[in-house]
Amino acid sequence: MDFRLTEDQRALRRGVRELLARLFGREALRAAVDAPSLDRELWRELGAAGFFALRLPEAEGGVGLGLPEAVLVFEEAGRVLLPGPLVATHVAAGSVPGAADGSVVVTAASEGLVPWLDEADVVLGDVTGAVRVRSVDPLTPLHRLPGPVGAVGAESLGPAGAPSVVPTRPAPAGRLPTTDAVLLTAAEQVGSAAATTDAAVSYARQRSQFGQVIGGFQAVKHLCAGMLVRTELARAAVRAAAVTGDPVEIAGAKLLADEAAVGNARDCLQVHGGMGFTWEADVHLHLKRAWVRAELRLPAARAEEEVAAAL
Amino acid sequence: MDLSCTDEEEEYRARLREWLAATLPGLPGRPDPLDWPARRAYDCGWQRRLYDAGYADTHWDASPTQRLIFLEETELAGAPYVGANFVGLLHAGPTIAAEGTAAQRARWLPPILRGDEVWCQGFSEPDAGSDLASLRTRAVRDGDAYVVTGQKIWTSHAEVADWCELLVRTDPEATSKHRGITWLALPMDAPGITVRPLRTLAGSTEFAEVFLDEVRVPVENRVGEENDGWRVTMVTLSFERGTAFVGEVVACRRLLGELARTARKNGTWDDPVLRRRLGRLSAEFQALWRIVQANVSEAQATGGVPGAGGSVFKLHYSHARQELYDAAAAVLGPDALDLGRDWTLDRLSSLSYTIAAGTSQIQRNIVAERILGLPKGR
Repeated sequence: MDFRLTEDQRALRRGVRELLARLFGREALRAAVDAPSLDRELWRELGAAGFFALRLPEAEGGVGLGLPEAVLVFEEAGRVLLPGPLVATHVAAGSVPGAADGSVVVTAASEGLVPWLDEADVVLGDVTGAVRVRSVDPLTPLHRLPGPVGAVGAESLGPAGAPSVVPTRPAPAGRLPTTDAVLLTAAEQVGSAAATTDAAVSYARQRSQFGQVIGGFQAVKHLCAGMLVRTELARAAVRAAAVTGDPVEIAGAKLLADEAAVGNARDCLQVHGGMGFTWEADVHLHLKRAWVRAELRLPAARAEEEVAAAL
Repeated sequence: MDLSCTDEEEEYRARLREWLAATLPGLPGRPDPLDWPARRAYDCGWQRRLYDAGYADTHWDASPTQRLIFLEETELAGAPYVGANFVGLLHAGPTIAAEGTAAQRARWLPPILRGDEVWCQGFSEPDAGSDLASLRTRAVRDGDAYVVTGQKIWTSHAEVADWCELLVRTDPEATSKHRGITWLALPMDAPGITVRPLRTLAGSTEFAEVFLDEVRVPVENRVGEENDGWRVTMVTLSFERGTAFVGEVVACRRLLGELARTARKNGTWDDPVLRRRLGRLSAEFQALWRIVQANVSEAQATGGVPGAGGSVFKLHYSHARQELYDAAAAVLGPDALDLGRDWTLDRLSSLSYTIAAGTSQIQRNIVAERILGLPKGR
């Protein structure tokens, strides 16, 4: 047993972090917030870098890596708030032509919601009657599907099967390798939780009040320590679930990752004080995206039920 | 990211499992929890069996993965806990193994492994709790001995211990309070020692106050250099936070399964709020187990002592374990008030988890300062 990252995995993470710093740094993030749209060029660059084809066999033009590596990549995506239906496109790479190389954007209906519906080329699942809502997250356009709250969408957990693929028009409900999608969403949450921990710590080290940096006060320190604990717990859960692929462990990992991303964004906001409440600070972008990801795939109530059922 | 065991490790697991299955049915009945001499005899008898079977040195000689397997399998099989041997096997023993001379290792380690000698811990004092380094129990050199005077508190197993790992102040003038501390092995039968048991809120006497009045401790009982005891101690404390709770995470997963069975029987399982609460706890203990595996992997790779990662683990573990007993109380309803139920006594004991071995507040300071790099300060 050696649960640490291998040398190759560390190199992969380093490479993805560098790539995303180049393709989607803070200036690009703020520019995207000011003029939200799906950046096709960015999407193709991600495709060229193997972001979507990561888990396809090399014989099919993929990178030939597994779920543990995909989790590391999506942690990095979550860290920089990379926008777009990344998980849906990645998961569809083996079944929707063009998804793997980034030339086709794939989204999926899930939990009564469809992100990026107007911008995507292919939508998986039944989106009959979808109505555009003003999304809380400036970087995730959302459509709402008719039906009661909590209705199970096309991406409900179930045995993996072939997805129904219907380009930009309604399709019968299909099934996806949804446990993977849930786990990769959880990985994005872990990346976000780590990023807000870093942001809070860095702000606490430079902001001064009462003649000292606020990071020296235990009240602030303990908030930051709690953020790290949440992150580490969720990270261990997500990475282990990627290794085992166990659906119950994946449900538990999503639960803890949602809690880490949302809870850490809240605490990060608190550490930033008044600045945390501004549009200018990035904290609200993490919080809003964390809310969307928490709701979009296996929300807490169902995750808790899934884990409880296995007890 | 590899969670699988090597063939060799799986062989070890299989052998251990077989031995446990053959041995456990032959053990005598558990002693009365209030009868300390009986508890000592029982715990030492178990340790002796481990020794004879070749499993005694698991706590500090085996590879971290083997230790993990040992703790996992013994807990799964319902084997006895280390009990009175906790300090010897998990505090004093590892410290002597890491910092002692060859002669000291030869004198103290084999009796710990055989279950012949029991150790207790003399660290905290009435005025030195979270601020352990401010301890004042004085040791003055007199020829080939230290003369020790002072008071210790929260000393587990003091009534039945043969030895005490004792922290004393040897240099009150030192520039920092962390300097000037020395680690001594104190024989508990030395003249001048008075042990006064302390009754816990659970009603039992799990620990004691120890009064020291000019007790003579031979200089050869000093582990590490004079005035270097703080560093020597940190080795011990990291062990405590790093691996001492491994078996208990396994225990918690088992307890949670029991609780779910009880809830299904008594109808509380139909309450979705309670059911979801148990689901959440299950996810948390599963994740804690993965953190243990991550910490063990790290320790195995660096060959070192578990580090500040232990504090991350302990912070969440102690909280989750208390929440487990609160959830159990919700499942049991009126029965949660009956001291005749194991759950009730265990719930009371669990109140110490966020205090013992470094309070949660101190752990957060450690995480914030040593991992996140925030400035020291209050």
